Amino acid sequence: KQWYQRRVAITAGELRNEDVQLRLNSIKKLSTIALALGIERTRSELIPFLTDTIEDEDEVLWALAEQLGNFIPLVGGPDYASCLLAPLENLATVEETVVREKATESLRMIATEHSPADLEKHFAPLVKRLTQGDWFTSRTSACGLFACCYANVSTSLKAELRQLFKMLVTDDTPMVRRAAAGKIGEFAKVVEVEFVKSDIIPLFNQLAGDEQDSVRLLAVDAGIVMAGLLSEAEIEQLLLPQFRNAASDKSWRVRFMISDKFNELQKAVGPTIIKNHLVFHFTGLLKDIEAEVRASAANKIKDFCTNLPADIQETVIMQNILPAVKDLVCDSNQHVKAALASVIMGLSPIMGKDNTIQHLLPLFLIQLKDEHSDVRLNIISNLDSVNKVIGIHQLSQSLLPAIVELAEDPKWRVRLAIIEHMPLLAEQLGQEFFDEKLNALTMSWLVDGVAAIRQAATQNLRNLVAIFGIAWAQNTIISKVLSMARDTNYLHRMTTLFAINVLAEVCPPDVIAKFMIPVVANLAGDPVPNVRFNVAKTMAKITPLLDTTIVQSQVKPCLDKLHQDADLDVKYFASEALILCH
Amino acid sequence: MASGSNGPAIGSNNELQWYFSQVKGTIEEDINEADIITAVQFNHDGEFLATGDKGGRVVIFQKDPGAKGEYSVYSTFQSHEPQFDYLKSLEIEEKINEIQWLKRLNNNLFLLSTNDKTIKLWKVSERRYRMNGFNLHDEYGVQRDLNSVNTLRIPYLVPVDELTVEATPKRVYDKAHVYHVNSISLNSDDETFLSADDLRINLWHLDYINECYMLVDIKPANMEDLTEVITAAKFHPTNCNHFVYSSSKGTIRLCDMREQALCDQHSKLFEEPEDNGSRSFFSEIISSISDVKFSSCGRYMVSRDYLTIKLWDLNMDSRPVETYNVHEYLRSKLCSLYENDCIFDKFEVVWGGPSKYPFEPMPRIYERSGLLFILARNARIPPRSVLPMKVGYTLQVYTLRFRLDGVSVVL
Repeated sequence: KQWYQRRVAITAGELRNEDVQLRLNSIKKLSTIALALGIERTRSELIPFLTDTIEDEDEVLWALAEQLGNFIPLVGGPDYASCLLAPLENLATVEETVVREKATESLRMIATEHSPADLEKHFAPLVKRLTQGDWFTSRTSACGLFACCYANVSTSLKAELRQLFKMLVTDDTPMVRRAAAGKIGEFAKVVEVEFVKSDIIPLFNQLAGDEQDSVRLLAVDAGIVMAGLLSEAEIEQLLLPQFRNAASDKSWRVRFMISDKFNELQKAVGPTIIKNHLVFHFTGLLKDIEAEVRASAANKIKDFCTNLPADIQETVIMQNILPAVKDLVCDSNQHVKAALASVIMGLSPIMGKDNTIQHLLPLFLIQLKDEHSDVRLNIISNLDSVNKVIGIHQLSQSLLPAIVELAEDPKWRVRLAIIEHMPLLAEQLGQEFFDEKLNALTMSWLVDGVAAIRQAATQNLRNLVAIFGIAWAQNTIISKVLSMARDTNYLHRMTTLFAINVLAEVCPPDVIAKFMIPVVANLAGDPVPNVRFNVAKTMAKITPLLDTTIVQSQVKPCLDKLHQDADLDVKYFASEALILCH
Repeated sequence: MASGSNGPAIGSNNELQWYFSQVKGTIEEDINEADIITAVQFNHDGEFLATGDKGGRVVIFQKDPGAKGEYSVYSTFQSHEPQFDYLKSLEIEEKINEIQWLKRLNNNLFLLSTNDKTIKLWKVSERRYRMNGFNLHDEYGVQRDLNSVNTLRIPYLVPVDELTVEATPKRVYDKAHVYHVNSISLNSDDETFLSADDLRINLWHLDYINECYMLVDIKPANMEDLTEVITAAKFHPTNCNHFVYSSSKGTIRLCDMREQALCDQHSKLFEEPEDNGSRSFFSEIISSISDVKFSSCGRYMVSRDYLTIKLWDLNMDSRPVETYNVHEYLRSKLCSLYENDCIFDKFEVVWGGPSKYPFEPMPRIYERSGLLFILARNARIPPRSVLPMKVGYTLQVYTLRFRLDGVSVVL
């Protein structure tokens, strides 16, 4: 016990050490210290100590705030939960945002374990003090503490809390109003519906019309949360005006926000509002003067159309959305076009075969030829949805040049992206098309200048074999891969080995034994040591796949020879591989 | 380096008179270059004054309690160190270019200070206690014998008489400017600020050091086409969306951040129509605006170019409301000023506080090397030098600030 006491004393002493890291470690072990002190001393000594020392580094304070959230058992259970309020109240007023947020989070956790009596006696007064605090830091923290205690207090206290929240919404400081806008949604969820309509909605209206952009754009999200609490008629009367204002706000940032949340908005309001208002506003956002807004709206096209009420879906798409989409295809901003390209194919299943062929297909083709590679890439990534509707043979004429161009793009990341799509394309385009047009491409990637491409290319081979089968592999790719072993560039000879590493997983043992082993064994005599030790590594990889006779007759002699090699690395890998042979 | 503060007194003919109430620093002829003051700023209520110098230090003065209103040193810290850009083989000076105070959050003070490349957020806090009751050592730091430790002690706070003031850097905003930062300005939303260099203006959020947005980029595609640089940038005092930036070609542009993400297109352009008669080789150089400041109501702004101060109404961009000739007699000497490079000197301009005297609302003060001029804004008095005050020695004065109530000013 003495030793344990001393250890804890050392930890407690570190709470005030000069070194931040030591203090941090100490704080993280706070529960140990509290256990050693026992419940009484924790309450009477440790908690006051922690309450006083809020002059510290942010990481230490943050760790402290986190620890205190779990301290209820260490102070004697829920009956004593309120003694933790003092240090957390101090932490909720520091200027560093992350510390305040953590302290608020811990306070919310502790609130759930307060009895209603304790909430009235201790927690609500804390909320009141913070709301009326001099510095705006305490007032911003207060905003997050209403929802967790409202439900369990008396009616008169509830009215007081609503009044306090109103003070925060009308605060002079933008910081506080922003915090209020961020929390008004969760508060509305716990308030009784009649008070939501009478008290909370007017506050929301104030925030939605605030002079500061940053407050208005947070109000958008709050409005959507509150829409979930009201009927469609109530939404139309009370919330819709603000949504409409947001969609035509002077500040592009507010319009961007509503565009960003459009799908949630659509789900929250009912079909009448969608029909009468949202269609109009969505189309407007697609034509917004600011590119950021257009790109955000373009990203939502597919979800918006999918969630339209069935009776108006086709009309809206044909009359409203499609013309806007046609303009977006030729937008001046490449990010807008790329955003469109990632979702436009998703319209196919909704519009059906005939409409796709007539209206969407020309648009796909235009985007396939766009000058920006990410637009073309996004189209190719999403062929799946089109394939199900019309089959992509219509596209194949245009697809091929597009694929070839992307495969030869000077930026290697673009080439990498197209390789990663190759298995999907191969599957959809079929073996014949692939053999005819794409096989050469697949091979050329194996000898690309960039190592990441070569590596991805070997993985690609394995995936293709999984799709098209061993027979195909034997006929088409294996001989070509093995022929690279005679290339003058040692990197290409190594690529053969890497390809064999992955292909061996999907090939039957006789193929490995008949075709691959001779090639590998031959490379054991390569002048470049890197090739030789990779031979050993490859042998190690394929040995488990072969039966013992082959191993003894072909693999082991080769490895024995490598084991005598002058190069240390070759010797090492050979000996590792030999272990597997036994 | 010397800095002095003045207080006004009303003279016999209702003109403001100024006198030095305090001088900080030395008035010697040979001064340490690192002590040259390069940035000065009062905080919002005037209780504190921050100065930045060429050596990268920031000194904060606090007003003494009591009516006399003198200032004494509160804190000194090294804000920026000299650095070397290895990629371009260039030295980065530690000289502080500008200081801006944040609005009071709590008992601690926050300010932004910037050199040519890096902006830092500093927290200045007071400590009036120390810890006592440690387990492992006593009050004097002597280690206790571990065997004697058989109960756990919790330390407690003891107040101390002497005040310790600590300055800690809370945020460092760097790697965002290729050219030299000339201005920083805080937004009325209390969470963002802008930093401007010669060709670009960036928008930062106080909490995030890894990201900033470019608001304005006037770099031409071909650097040989460069004709104009940004000289100063300021946020509007109350509208969170508006900021202005001034250029070396005598234009001020007002931008509205609501319209577009990239504010290369200005909303308003303030430029005095050129008087073709007086055009000369030096016209463009002397039209370069060195400073722009908003009035506290946000309706007006004042700009300083080499020879004049112009007062603008934001609602009228065709011409300034008033122009004051600061040292018109220099116009005939532009040639020799060009030869000794003085024509490139930069002056600042500052608004006075609301005046207590109804006849002279908003006097403005501006300076040149030790001579102090006060100008009455009252239109009945034609713009002229009201109170030339010769100081006995030549000061290299760089900057000038009014305290909030207009009572004292710092050179």
